[in-house]
Amino acid sequence: MLEDKDRIFTNIYGRFDKSLAGAQRRGLWDNTAGLIEKGRDWIINEMKASGLRGRGGAGFPTGLKWSFMPKPGADGRPSYLVVNADESEPGTCKDREILRNDPHTLVEGCLVAGFAMGAIAAYIYVRGEFIREREALQKAIDEAYDAGLIGKNNKNGYDFDIYVHHGAGAYICGEETALLESLEGKKGQPRLKPPFPANMGLYGCPTTVNNVESIAVAPTILRRGAAWFSSIGRPNNVGTKLFMLVGHVNTPCTVEESMGITFRELVEKHGGGIRGGWDNLLAVIPGGASCPVVKAEDIIDCPMDFDGLRERKSSFGTAAVIVMDKSTDIVKAIARLSYFFKHESCGQCTPCREGTGWMWRVMERLVRGEAQKREIDMLLDVTKQIEGHTICALGDAAAWPIQGLIRNFRPEIERRIDEFSRNAHRAEPIMVAAE
Amino acid sequence: MSVRRLAEASVQPASFAFSEENVAWAQHTIRKYPEGRQQSAVIPLLMRAQEQDGWVTKSAIEHVADMLDMPYIRVLEVATFYTQFQLKPVGTRAHVQVCGTTPCQLRGSEALMDVCRSKIHHDQFHTNADGTLSWEEVECLGACVNAPMVMVFKDTYEDLTPERLAEIIDLFEAGKGDQVTPGPQNGRFFAAPISGFTSLSDETNVLKETRDRQAKAAAGAGSAEPEVAPSNAGRPKTDAAETNPAIKSPSEAKAVPAAETAASVDAPKESKHEANKTSAAVEGEARQRKSPDTSDAEAKPSRKPGKKPV
Repeated sequence: MLEDKDRIFTNIYGRFDKSLAGAQRRGLWDNTAGLIEKGRDWIINEMKASGLRGRGGAGFPTGLKWSFMPKPGADGRPSYLVVNADESEPGTCKDREILRNDPHTLVEGCLVAGFAMGAIAAYIYVRGEFIREREALQKAIDEAYDAGLIGKNNKNGYDFDIYVHHGAGAYICGEETALLESLEGKKGQPRLKPPFPANMGLYGCPTTVNNVESIAVAPTILRRGAAWFSSIGRPNNVGTKLFMLVGHVNTPCTVEESMGITFRELVEKHGGGIRGGWDNLLAVIPGGASCPVVKAEDIIDCPMDFDGLRERKSSFGTAAVIVMDKSTDIVKAIARLSYFFKHESCGQCTPCREGTGWMWRVMERLVRGEAQKREIDMLLDVTKQIEGHTICALGDAAAWPIQGLIRNFRPEIERRIDEFSRNAHRAEPIMVAAE
Repeated sequence: MSVRRLAEASVQPASFAFSEENVAWAQHTIRKYPEGRQQSAVIPLLMRAQEQDGWVTKSAIEHVADMLDMPYIRVLEVATFYTQFQLKPVGTRAHVQVCGTTPCQLRGSEALMDVCRSKIHHDQFHTNADGTLSWEEVECLGACVNAPMVMVFKDTYEDLTPERLAEIIDLFEAGKGDQVTPGPQNGRFFAAPISGFTSLSDETNVLKETRDRQAKAAAGAGSAEPEVAPSNAGRPKTDAAETNPAIKSPSEAKAVPAAETAASVDAPKESKHEANKTSAAVEGEARQRKSPDTSDAEAKPSRKPGKKPV
């Protein structure tokens, strides 16, 4: 169990003073100039040593990502830091709490990270629906400008600007290159990589795109030392993380906990237990909508971190733990996710644009059992055809929940088909036209 | 991907212009981006136009394109790609966006949509008879721990029950939407557990001065008690006399092998016969207890001279 003194987000519930003065009393903006004085290499090495893995879902080491940026002024192009606050993964709502309740962690993080990669400015891309959150963040930035902490000739000795930009309700803009396209005022359709954003990012300049949480934890890690951060959790999965308990727990909440906490402890401590008791647990989607579902018996004593969940053939994602009890219609829940991905596909790559629609329509029939059993394998085959054949990972994200469902709940799907065909008046399902 | 088209010409207004305040705001927004990159401001500007008119009109799209030096088609692309732009008129007093994605579905968003169907219109994107209300099902709005939730214009209303949503819709219809407090509707504090805080319950734990004081106290305690040398870290902590570090070992007195042999005593000879017996005294006593009268007679046979174990 993590103690309060080891929590990085000290005002995640917004109970305490959200202003700059309040944040400073809780230890933010404490000797930021001192961190910057230690230099670029020190910061990047310290971040590498801390073992922080990106908090946006993929878990790429943050320090390593920063080190990919070219030396500033090498070819006359400026560098940019772009913060991905386009938090749209179903189940995930951690950045929202950071933006509205603890925004100074992010503002300070932008300055430190921007300095480490030699960026001249940071753009924070907030999702369009987070209107109040955007206002809270803008207020914090204005406070920091007024106090001379950022901007031209600031107290911290590194000229840096922070701008807030926003989207307009497209999940795909959470993909880093789609986000850059959107930030340039275009449709949010992902770019081919390479060139990677570290070479050709925003406006054709070197850019690093980081999740809000990855940036916001950086100043505290640097202040308290890489050794402190890496002492929490398990090797390769260190540090603290904002967990979201969503769905059928008694008290859903967002909470910062150490990585590698077991599912049971997390739910007992903060979620108030499973609705209807532990025996009532059916399945869990451990990291936001795109992660494969895990059965109750596999997850209960699983350590919640990258490696722990990879062993369960799922992924840690953004640590949005979607809990489903036995009252859940699991096929319908996954079918709804398929609809989500169909709705959010950007339409650029054919396997995803068409495939997400196919998968959704088959899933809708599986909910009712109105299908042939061979269609389960056909569906699985379609998911494999989509996975890995698209520019960005949305195709994979749409395929994985269905793969997880078929892997874990095939008997349930077959039961429905049997039940439907027992009562059916016709043998063949009606084919539904695409669109 | 969803197909989105502009509203039919009959509802499109003839022209669009930003209000004076919004023009100033737009100029400020465009300046956030580098020279020649004013196209970046297209989403914020369209959003502002939508806030002003309630929806994105064709003339607004053209106006924004002219402001940003963009071809009309590029702005049209953006307006139809992003689903937050309303391309048709929506309710003037409230456009209720119900989140229907799985996390909200698990907590009962379907019941909320039923409320909308019965109170507003059977279909989404249709206004009610007065044109004051409309609703739509949207994808995840990012307040999943507070599910189920709806969003009306800029504010979210979370932790809803169908009854509470009906009340909220009534208030908006009566033009009293500002009376509803945004955020959780069941009395919980933002994203904290409803049963009370399981963490961060006391601000003093996370204040800088507390941390500094603790760090100082830890440093002070460290100087009073010398740290254990690494070479001793694995040894048990004990005050037994023989572990006194003052004792020098090995002993300086040299042992002579012959003297040691003389002082030692041979072990008793091993006897197969007596191996499973205890000493004679104990054997005798045990039998005495069993039957005091016959004890002597019975005990005697085992006491054979010469077989006594030492």
